Amino acid sequence: MGRFAHLHFSRVGFTALTALIGAIFALPLVWFLFAPFNPRAELGLAIPRPFSFSNFGTVLENDFAIRALLNSLIQSVGGVVCVAFAATLASYALSRSSLPGKGAVTYVLLLFSSVVSGSAAMVPIFLMISRVGLIDTHLAVIFVFAGGLLPTAMFILRDFIDGIPRSYEESAMVAGASPTQAFFDVALPVIRPGVVVVVVWAFVNIWGSFLIPFILLRSAEKMPASVAIYSFYSEAGTPIVTLLAAYALLYSIPVVVLYLFVSWKFGFRFFGGIKA
Amino acid sequence: MKRFSLLSARAGATFMSPAGLLVGAFVIVPFFWVIFVSFTNRSLLGPTALNPDFVWFQNYIELFTSGRGVEPGTFGFSLILTVQFVLFSALIGQALLGLLLAWLLQQVPKSVKGFTETMVIGAWILPEVVIGFAWFAFLDYDNGTLNGILDALGLPRGDWLLDYPFWVIVVFNTWRGTAFSMMLFNSAFASIPPSYFQAADVAGASSWQKFRDIGLPLIRGHVVTDLILITMWTFNVFTPFLLTRGGPGGQTEVLSIYTYRVAFRDFDFGKGAAVGVVVMLINLAFALFYLWVARKRTPRKEAT
Repeated sequence: MGRFAHLHFSRVGFTALTALIGAIFALPLVWFLFAPFNPRAELGLAIPRPFSFSNFGTVLENDFAIRALLNSLIQSVGGVVCVAFAATLASYALSRSSLPGKGAVTYVLLLFSSVVSGSAAMVPIFLMISRVGLIDTHLAVIFVFAGGLLPTAMFILRDFIDGIPRSYEESAMVAGASPTQAFFDVALPVIRPGVVVVVVWAFVNIWGSFLIPFILLRSAEKMPASVAIYSFYSEAGTPIVTLLAAYALLYSIPVVVLYLFVSWKFGFRFFGGIKA
Repeated sequence: MKRFSLLSARAGATFMSPAGLLVGAFVIVPFFWVIFVSFTNRSLLGPTALNPDFVWFQNYIELFTSGRGVEPGTFGFSLILTVQFVLFSALIGQALLGLLLAWLLQQVPKSVKGFTETMVIGAWILPEVVIGFAWFAFLDYDNGTLNGILDALGLPRGDWLLDYPFWVIVVFNTWRGTAFSMMLFNSAFASIPPSYFQAADVAGASSWQKFRDIGLPLIRGHVVTDLILITMWTFNVFTPFLLTRGGPGGQTEVLSIYTYRVAFRDFDFGKGAAVGVVVMLINLAFALFYLWVARKRTPRKEAT
């Protein structure tokens, strides 16, 4: 009887402790839940009265803010297209071709990409982009991200392709398909879920990034939303909190939606892979 | 028997080329270029912008001799600060809290588990500028949520970003990154056969005994993986910039922020590149150690 009471007590204690930690983690975000819907929002926590969407209207009327969201979209989609295209081809070659030394390639590239981090490489990347005249262009951001994200994307996709039986393509080729046809008509449709994971992962990474566009872009017309939000709250004077809160929420929606999509579609095992 | 290969070496090379070009140009070339630039006195403006002189190890000598690590704004200070930042926010904060949460989540009701998991993961997936702004509001002296709560509890309010900037970025980074450790340990615990714990239950073991004698020893490999990965990430993270910009007075200038300031505020590219090289060498040591541990744990068969 005593042991049962003890177990019961510790279970209640654990539950309370877990809930408390969850609540502490929630605290910095609580403000962010209310402020976008409060037309008189300040940095203080307040229940919106009245609850309203007028802040979102202010965002829609702000050309700079809307253009920045569009720029984020251009850079993310551009980067994702490059990553998905190049990674699919490359990891298929790494999995299926007879290239010498291909086993080591993924590891060496992964090693490079983890050593050449954004903070270590910002100087040479800036100098290179200046040298080729791409400073202050969307292309610069797109290419730098594509290069940086590709090794991990290839690693994820190669694992995926390795798990698909070669007999699919072999039987197609026995039936007379060329290697190219075997790739496009047989392999590609089977690889698609892996490509979707890479696409979502790359999109979330580029969409949320700050340092690379902050360094490579100069003009306000090219800034993505991340740099726009930073300049909104870091500039001298009091930030326009109402605009900023609603804008930050709009900017966060794609990330949250994609995250929910991946966890619903692929379950827990990709949680660790979606970021970083 | 030699395996029939589906793609000839030439077709394989063609398939590899777009990725090879992009990675070569934007990962491998910068790796070597930064080493080259670190031996010059290249700057953004002035005569050394176009025709930098070769100064050999002067940038490195300057890094390691100025300030002796006590004055904010020097390389030595930033290096020591970064080590402390990694120690407190990653190794102690993220890993311990992640371990505790992963263990607790195994034994609490579903609703509480769902709530806490959502909050911890939310802190991790939201874009970094949004998090930076949310914390900026949270810590605001006059109206911020934190001081509001302290007022309500009858405790003294604080000007956190001004008085305790280092501890702010430590707590901030712990809050931001605990999700990864929590999820990794959570799936590691979930992979332990439940019968081990049931047997311990029959023997009357407490939760702490089960953790110490069954849970922890069985996930030791995951702990090592986690510690190396979060150390590398925290070592390179730029996110504190969004909250403190390295200030006040350089007190939160971790190496990534120091590199940014030297290169893009003081326009001293040679020195910025030298810091980059030092950071890359430290990254390389961690990455090689990680690959070594990972290979030892799972002997991977290379396809030939």
